Amino acid sequence: MIGSPFVQREQNSVRRTMIEVMIALIPGTLAHAWFFGPGILVSLLVCGFFALFFEGFALLMRGGAFGTMISDGSALVTAWLFALSVPPLAPWWLYAVGILFAILVAKHLYGGLGQNPFNPAMVGYAVLIVSFPNYMTQWPGPAHLVNHLPSLSEAFDLVFAGQGSVSVDAYTMASPLDTVKTLLRAGVAKRDILGNPVFGRLSGTGLEWVALMYLVGGLYLMARRLITWHVPVAFLAAVIVTSAVLQKIDPGHNMGPVFHLFTASAMLGAFFIATDPVSGCGTPRGKLIFAGLAGFLAIVIRSYGGYPDGVAFAVLIMNVAAPFIDAYTQPRVYGHAKGGKVGR
Amino acid sequence: MTQPIFSFPGGLHPADHKAESNTAAIVPAPLSARYRVPMRQHAGNPAKPLVLPGEHVLKGQAIGCLDGRISATVHAPTSGRVVGVESYPIPHPSGLTDRCVVIESDGRDEAVPASRLDWRNLAPEAVCEELEDMGLVGLGGAVFPSHIKLEPAAGIETLIINGAECEPWITCDDRLMRERAGEIMAGVEIARHLLGAREVLVGIEDNKPEAIAAMRAACAGTGAKVVVVPTKYPSGGAKQLIELLTGLEIPAGKLSTDIGIQVFNVATSYALWRAAELGEALVSRVVTVTGHVARPGNYEVRVGTPIEELLQLAGGELPGATGQLVGGPLMGFDLEDTRAPVTKGVNCIIVTSDALFPPRPRAMPCIRCGQCALACPVRLQPYEMYLYAKAKDLDKAKAYNLADCIECGCCSYVCPSHIPLVDYYRFAKSELLARGREQRAAETARERHEFRSFRLEREKQEKAERLGKKAGERLEAGAVAADDPEAARKKALLEAAIERAKKAKEAAPPPANTDHLSAAQQAEVDAIEARRAQAGTEQTVADKT
Ligand code: SF4
Ligand code: SF4
Repeated sequence: MIGSPFVQREQNSVRRTMIEVMIALIPGTLAHAWFFGPGILVSLLVCGFFALFFEGFALLMRGGAFGTMISDGSALVTAWLFALSVPPLAPWWLYAVGILFAILVAKHLYGGLGQNPFNPAMVGYAVLIVSFPNYMTQWPGPAHLVNHLPSLSEAFDLVFAGQGSVSVDAYTMASPLDTVKTLLRAGVAKRDILGNPVFGRLSGTGLEWVALMYLVGGLYLMARRLITWHVPVAFLAAVIVTSAVLQKIDPGHNMGPVFHLFTASAMLGAFFIATDPVSGCGTPRGKLIFAGLAGFLAIVIRSYGGYPDGVAFAVLIMNVAAPFIDAYTQPRVYGHAKGGKVGR
Repeated sequence: MTQPIFSFPGGLHPADHKAESNTAAIVPAPLSARYRVPMRQHAGNPAKPLVLPGEHVLKGQAIGCLDGRISATVHAPTSGRVVGVESYPIPHPSGLTDRCVVIESDGRDEAVPASRLDWRNLAPEAVCEELEDMGLVGLGGAVFPSHIKLEPAAGIETLIINGAECEPWITCDDRLMRERAGEIMAGVEIARHLLGAREVLVGIEDNKPEAIAAMRAACAGTGAKVVVVPTKYPSGGAKQLIELLTGLEIPAGKLSTDIGIQVFNVATSYALWRAAELGEALVSRVVTVTGHVARPGNYEVRVGTPIEELLQLAGGELPGATGQLVGGPLMGFDLEDTRAPVTKGVNCIIVTSDALFPPRPRAMPCIRCGQCALACPVRLQPYEMYLYAKAKDLDKAKAYNLADCIECGCCSYVCPSHIPLVDYYRFAKSELLARGREQRAAETARERHEFRSFRLEREKQEKAERLGKKAGERLEAGAVAADDPEAARKKALLEAAIERAKKAKEAAPPPANTDHLSAAQQAEVDAIEARRAQAGTEQTVADKT
């Protein structure tokens, strides 16, 4: 028998929560399609398909309420976040491998929904960038830098047949973050790098708009009270402060806060990745520490690490620390003089 | 100076469903043919029956007397003949039966002679002694004996009157404030006088404008202040109302009186007025009957009235009714049997239907979304407590302050995974209680064992002595024990064990592991205790989901 309460919030379910997150991802996704062609829609479709496939497989193996679990939307959210983190127009099997690691390994091997210590989408991303670095640096360029944007059917051809009427190189180029890294390494002066047409007003051309749309989606999540302000604010503040300090230290080799802030991965990380409640922190102070350190690490890795972007690795590193941070940041409970460490 | 209002964290804004029952005036219920008056209607020990079958009783005559310090007197709701003292279903979360005095009404409704209590001129202690016989208990739901709360305590600064009535559907306090504000405030004045409180704050949620107006008018010139608090569940929880009105928290393990605050519900204040000014014992109360019934409203009902009669009074259940809740939907419980009588603690009967109370969807895994933590008025991390309660890791659950959970239900209400979180907390709390009890039992067993080994040792020694005597050795029996430090130690141990056993026996009825608890905690513990059997089954259901 089930006791009180006998009422529950209406229109409230895991599926509803996941749908809200997907709604929040729409503006950024559309902006991406607008500036870089429909490749992102194709990769999203492929990732979604494989996510449901692997999720269904895992659920069948594990037993339980298949219908409810497969339709909870969590696999699709993972697939969507993953798709936004990896380059579109890559061969389909690349997505399959990434999603396999995200859904089967990072999620279900650890116990399934709500149990994963690491952010599944970021695990998928990390596996790919380590194993297939070449595919992972070729991002579609904005319209004015490539021959033309691929059409939907061309995008399908590229993803499924490996090439369309023209080779994939015709549409892709190094991402702005990658460009910065390579050029800085090659000793090109920063002023000259910024003159590169891959950069727009704030950050990468087109990508800065994608970033702004992620921001819009993130604010929507905050308005719907699905995330609190703690993670995005701490993450973005850390990005700004860290990049400002690094720029001050070594202005010749480090980009400034505006550039870093308006990279798509920073905004996605701040509002959609570091906010993942399962692999992140749950207490208010824990969220601040978790996201602050993640933002800091992301910039440090970007600036000094071997890979062009650092958000995924920063989040994964912080995932390890999250349970400990939570244990030490328990809020002060009613009537207790002090909070302090709980458990463990 | 305007009274400041503070806030408490978390909370809910559920649909309040007050309009269904708060428009019509309180209707006095007609006399029933038969009343079943439970001896357990209050926190603490049930009353001990004072009457035998065949006896004739008058309205207001005591039929059950206090048993121990925390207990309350129970009175006959009308005049008539006692036809039995029997076990019968009572409205209780456990759904168990309990001892009731059954009175067949003689229709004359004759009352015992009543006299006004001269509370202003008598010593407060004397007044409390008189009130002890009036059967007053907290009518807001806690049913804690009022005479204990009214005992003059040093340093009560603030008397808070709880008119928040924050649970959805319930409107009995609302109607009472609208219709009998003067009497309520007269009762408040008695409480203020007895406690020597300096200020009186009446907290009412802002969704009750008529009640606020009536109470403001009644407060005029008395120095008491009506404080309108924003509508947010659970503002009517004693801790939350105190926080709202004073900004203070009760330190863990303490009582509100430790920080100079005492809280009474409006209906209790009204009952206090009747007891002191009219000399009437508590034999009736206002009950909201609402939900899926023909005529939702408020009824003034005598204690012992079968709930099924009360439902008839409200026009009966409508087709499609699925059951009844006692209390509000957030903290109330399922009524097992409508033959159960109304008790002092029954403030509301809600008839449920699938449309009004859709069944809770199947539970999903926790996604750690944190909604529960945002809703918790105590600032707990409900998902962590759930995790450990489910894993039966009671120490961890305790470390996450499970004991501070007020079982308000906010976390379960907002959980997108529809996990019956509070069920897990009730289960874990009862497990912890049981574990404490087992520990005590183990200690007793150890003592017994020590006693036994000592006895065996002694017998061995005595035997040796006898043998020694037989052998003609001149050894004096006492000398061995006195000279042998080991034997002396054991003797001391034995004495200590006997002493402990004696003490334990004296302290008997309360379960051994809870004797360090405060009265209010004990009451809470008892309530939870009774739900234990229930929690056991819940656990299996919840585990399957
Ligand atoms: S609201 Fe439910 S799903 Fe969300 S963290 Fe709490 S228990 Fe888990
Ligand atoms: S039931 Fe307990 S844990 Fe849940 S919200 Fe209320 S106090 Fe917090």
